[in-house]
Order: sequence, then C-alpha cells, then structure tokens
Amino acid sequence: MDIHEYQAKELLAGFGVAIPRGGVAYSPEQAVYRASEIGGARWAVKAQIHSGARGKAGGIKLCSSEDEVRQAAKALLGTRLVTHQTGPEGRVVHRLYVEAAVPIERELYLGLVLDRKTERIMIVAHPQGGMEIEEIAKTAPDSILREVVEPAIGMSAFQAREIAFGLGLAPAQVSRAVTTLLGAYRAFRDLDATMVEINPLVVTRDGQVLALDCKMTFDDNAMFRRPSVSELRDYAEEDPREAQAAEFGLNYVALDGDIGCIINGAGLAMTTMDMIKHAGGHPANFLDVGGGASPDRVAAAFRLVLSDSKIGAILVNIFAGINRCDWVAQGVVQAARESQLEIPLVVRLAGTNVQEGRRIIKESGLPIITADSLSEAADRVVKALNESRQSPVRSRVSGGHLGGNGQS
Amino acid sequence: MSILIDETTRVIVQGFTGDKATFHAKEMIAYGTNIVGGVTPGKGGNRHLDRPVFNTVKEAVRATGATASIIFVPAAFCADSIMEAANAGIRLICTITDGIPAQDMMMVKRYLFRFPKERRTTLIGPNCAGIISAGKAMLGIMPGHIYSRGKVGLVTRSGTLGYEAAAQMNALGIGQTTSVGIGGDPINGSSFVDMLKLFEEDPETEAVMMIGEIGGPQEAEAAVFVKENMSKPVIGYVAGLTAPKGRRMGHAGAIISAFGDTAAEKAEIMRSAGLTVAPSPAELGSTVAAALTKRSSRKTVGVK
Repeated sequence: MDIHEYQAKELLAGFGVAIPRGGVAYSPEQAVYRASEIGGARWAVKAQIHSGARGKAGGIKLCSSEDEVRQAAKALLGTRLVTHQTGPEGRVVHRLYVEAAVPIERELYLGLVLDRKTERIMIVAHPQGGMEIEEIAKTAPDSILREVVEPAIGMSAFQAREIAFGLGLAPAQVSRAVTTLLGAYRAFRDLDATMVEINPLVVTRDGQVLALDCKMTFDDNAMFRRPSVSELRDYAEEDPREAQAAEFGLNYVALDGDIGCIINGAGLAMTTMDMIKHAGGHPANFLDVGGGASPDRVAAAFRLVLSDSKIGAILVNIFAGINRCDWVAQGVVQAARESQLEIPLVVRLAGTNVQEGRRIIKESGLPIITADSLSEAADRVVKALNESRQSPVRSRVSGGHLGGNGQS
Repeated sequence: MSILIDETTRVIVQGFTGDKATFHAKEMIAYGTNIVGGVTPGKGGNRHLDRPVFNTVKEAVRATGATASIIFVPAAFCADSIMEAANAGIRLICTITDGIPAQDMMMVKRYLFRFPKERRTTLIGPNCAGIISAGKAMLGIMPGHIYSRGKVGLVTRSGTLGYEAAAQMNALGIGQTTSVGIGGDPINGSSFVDMLKLFEEDPETEAVMMIGEIGGPQEAEAAVFVKENMSKPVIGYVAGLTAPKGRRMGHAGAIISAFGDTAAEKAEIMRSAGLTVAPSPAELGSTVAAALTKRSSRKTVGVK
C-alpha cells in the first residue's frame, strides 16, 4: 500500500525526522491560507499523487507570493498529471501540499528497503540526491552506501554514523542525519513499511538536515495491525476494478491486452499469460480466483473481467486441487448466461472431477470452446479472438449453437 | 528414496481443529501420511480425527515423538507457531498459511538460526502448497492423485504451476520423487538452493525441475548453485513474461522491483549457468523428458 508524500512526512516527523513546515490543501483558498500560516516568502505547491518524478511532470510549482500560490493551486487541482511512473493515463490531482521552500546547500539520497537477498532491512544512501537510485545502481553501483540491520538488535547508532560520515556530511550535520536515519528506521519497523525513501534529503544553507520529498510503501499483509496507517489509503489512486476484486477475495491486475484471464493460482495465472503471449495474443489482466472458487466467485470474476472495455475474448484455466472442476464449471455456465456473453469464451479444466466439469460445460448448450491442455487453450483463444474480429456478427455467442473452433 | 518426508515421518498438525486443517488432514491421512496428532491451544486432551489434540507443540512432541509439523494457523499468529515448533525440536515445518507480515518472517528466520546446525529446523513456506513424496506421504494441500512415483525432483514457488508441471510429466509417463512448493512470499523458509542440495544428495532423484517466477534473487542464486555443485540435470522455467514492472502478481513476492527480477532476465541467468530452460509453459514435461533421455543415453555410452 502506498500513501501520499504529505502523509509520509507526517508519519516520519512523528519519529523525529525533520521536515520543512507545510500543510495539505484541497482548494486554492486553502493553499493560500496554508502559505500564510507557514510564513516566509517562498513556497512550493506540490501535487499529491502516488508517483515520483512529479517535478519533471510540472506537478511542483515554486511561488513567491500568495497570488502565485493561488494560481499554482488553481492550475494543479483537477489536472491529470502524467509521469513515467503513472503510465500514459496519468493521475488526477485532488490534493496539494504547500511547503516552505528552503535554501538548499546539498541534496542526498536516503532509502530503506526490505532486502530480499539478506532478508533484512537495508539502508541505502548516496551523496547525490534527486536522482533515481535504480539509475545509479546501474551506472555506478560502488558509489552506493549500504548497511544491513540485524533484526534482533535494530539499527545501531554506529551504523547511522557510518552512513552520515560516508555521505561526506560536516560533523555539525552528522548528529542531525543520525536522528533522521534512526527515526526513519523506527518508522519502517514500527509501521510495517516495505520501503521508505527520502529523496532528496537536503542540507540547507543554515545547516539543517530536512526530508524534502518522502515516499513510504507498506506491507499489505501487516495492515491488520496498523489501523492508523491503513486509514491513509486513498482509493482515488487505485484502479477501481482492483479495489472491487479485493472485495471478492480475487487478485486482479489490469494490463493492456484484449484477452481476459480467469485462472486459479498466481503461478498458473502468470504462466497462462505467458502462454497467450507465445500464441501471439495479449492478456488484458492477471486474475487469480484463489483456492475455493465457488460459483459466486467465478461469476464475480466474469463481471470484473467484462467491465474492461478492451476485452475481446475470455480464457478460463482452472487446475483444480482443492477446487472441484464441476463446481467451477457451474460458475462459468451461470456467469456466461447472466452476462449474455457476446465474445468467445475458452475453458480449460484439469484436476479433480474434470469429467463432470466438462460434461456440465457441454450440456449447457452454450457455445463455449473447450481445451484439454494449456497450449491448446492459448491457441484457441487467440484464434477465436482473431476470427471474431474478422466476422464479428457470426461469432457472437448469445445463441445456443455450438460454435467456434476446436469444440471437443 | 525421496527428500524431506516419507511414510514413516511422524507429523503433527498445528491449528488442527480448524476447518481447513481438518479437511486437509483427512486428505493427508488418506494419502498415507503418518499424522500422529495435532495442536490447538485450549483444546488439549480432546481427540480429533481419531488422534490426540495437545495445547502446546512441546507436549505433542513429548507424547508422540513427532519430527514434522504442518501449520494452518491464521497469519496474525503464524510466526509465533513456527517459532514454537522450532523451539520444541520439530525438524521440518511446512507452513501453508498465506499473508504473514514480512517483518514477522524476518524475525522467524533470525530465530531459526539461534539453534545449532545439528538441530536446526527446516522451514518450507509460508504461502505454499507443501511437500509430497509421491506414493509415500503428503505434507500439504495438493491433489495427491496427480503425482506418481518416479525419478524427477520438482521444486516450484507456485502451487498450481507445480500441479501443471506434474500433470505434464505424468502425461509422458514421468513420475516424481518429491515435489516441494517453497511458496510465493518475499521472505520464505527454504530457498531453491536448499531443495536443490537435497535433490542432489537423493540417490533416487535423477533430474530436477525448478519453476520460479518474477521477483527476488533466489532463482539466480539457484542457477549459480547448479553450475557449481550439481551433477544432475536441472530443467528450469520462470513464470511472468508479461508481468509489468512494480505490480504485485498475486504472490506477495511476485513483483519486479530490482534489476534481474524479470522472467526474461532470470531465464537468461539460468541458461547461462547451464540449465535447460523450457521454451514455453506447455513444454515443461517434454523438456524434462528430453533431459532424461539425454542423460540415460550418456550413461549407456559409459561416460560415468
């Protein structure tokens, strides 16, 4: 789960990380009020969307008067901001953060991640801030400072000092940086984060060490015990279909293609998508219906997949372990009838009660294309999609005839 | 032979009296697994599925001599149950539970290393389908009937993809020694390398199929291990060619976030380390068959 910059800053400030003065605003008037509340003569008005690289996309505006703040807020609120992290569709700006602009002496990079190699929390730092750490990792990996935290002890002050001195900070700033580092670590640990990024961490001309931009990501599996964090969730930032999927206990990720996928198991889902690609098609989504796929759940999966307007065909691939094929087949037939499906549907069933499942599909009288193996299923769905595109009327599937190719 | 479990392994079920655990315990017993009891705190002294229930793992081990445990305890309490089993002397823990916080697993892994090597616990999972030694015993939730006895070791992250691989092998008459699901979480108990070591030592296993997915360094580490330490052929596959960067594909650990995390990069690392990589997921079985044929023809020529 991701949160906004201003939320991350508030959380980190609670752990002793120093941040510039600022406040959130939902309207131009509120932005002006925030600026006057903060005081000073220069402010940054920052679009709050779940993405980095907002500056380059025009989402951060520096202002020197209250009128400029008002104009900047007007310009940003309601616009669609496109960064290289949001994809071409971008994100609509609903909230702003108004912050005191500080005179910057140096910019540094600081990140904390859950490192999968060491299976520990790792501190990553670099003397040049503002850049993307992935780029630095490729071009100059040796310039990155790293410290792994021993989980039974927690981060030690010496580790924070080593990083602070390693960043080339003057002794006067080292103790401030140590406070920031230890605070960021405690926030990571106590709030079940999976990533904390302060980029840039700045040294101001008057010697302060401030977190200028912050990003935090949290472990979804731990949110049950972090209610204060999970209430920061902003549904406006999420694909509505993914939120809907979560309600039914389905795992859904929207993609760019046109073949809708309904599969049990994350690994099998990824593999089926691989297979569609091998067959020359493009999956429209990842969807794992999970272990106990009841007819209701299968029906919900159908509604979800069909709500994507790009869909031209659907592939159902179930390898029943604890699932039963007959049960899944009932769900498929029910869903195909309810939705008055007008696009090709290919179903591959394997595992427990497979014969019974195939019988139900066959006796439904619906023009469902069946397949016995993974490759057959992928080939048939790609072929059926292409054929339906060539002759859209004939292959529409609301009638009762057994249509399509490869009917078994 | 097989790895990790066989029909003599004495097994307890943690979270024994819950619905899911009860369902799968019945399946495991039917398959031939030697389940000697179970643990549900507060229900000690009762009997369930005609087996004794204990309040603590320590009591269960003392009374039954169990050496292995399968855990169905809910995610919020699961890390505690794993540590309880390790402390009670259980040597093999298989955790089915999905959704354990990553930092809990970090503590669990740290805790397991506090024991000296000779009594250290092997943890499989969490978020996995479990272990099956074909025709002998099952410590998991897989459909037992799709496996058959044979000479291929199978290790996968995903449960259902493991089923798919076993089914493709069976269609070609190829059976398995043991199949292990190591789970889809970012921090898991045993890695591909841990399982490859066991398969290399198992005299009955002649080849190994390992199926990974996007995210994390374990597939690459396994490839290096194969190159440097394995005499048996290893056939690989990595799921998730179409997965976009930064999106979690179902499993908590299936996310491309770092260099080397993509399916294509991992497959290339495997290939360059000398593994045979199945060209498509429809050819998992046939690629294993080809590797076995190649190996047996080499044997008859007398290279060994």
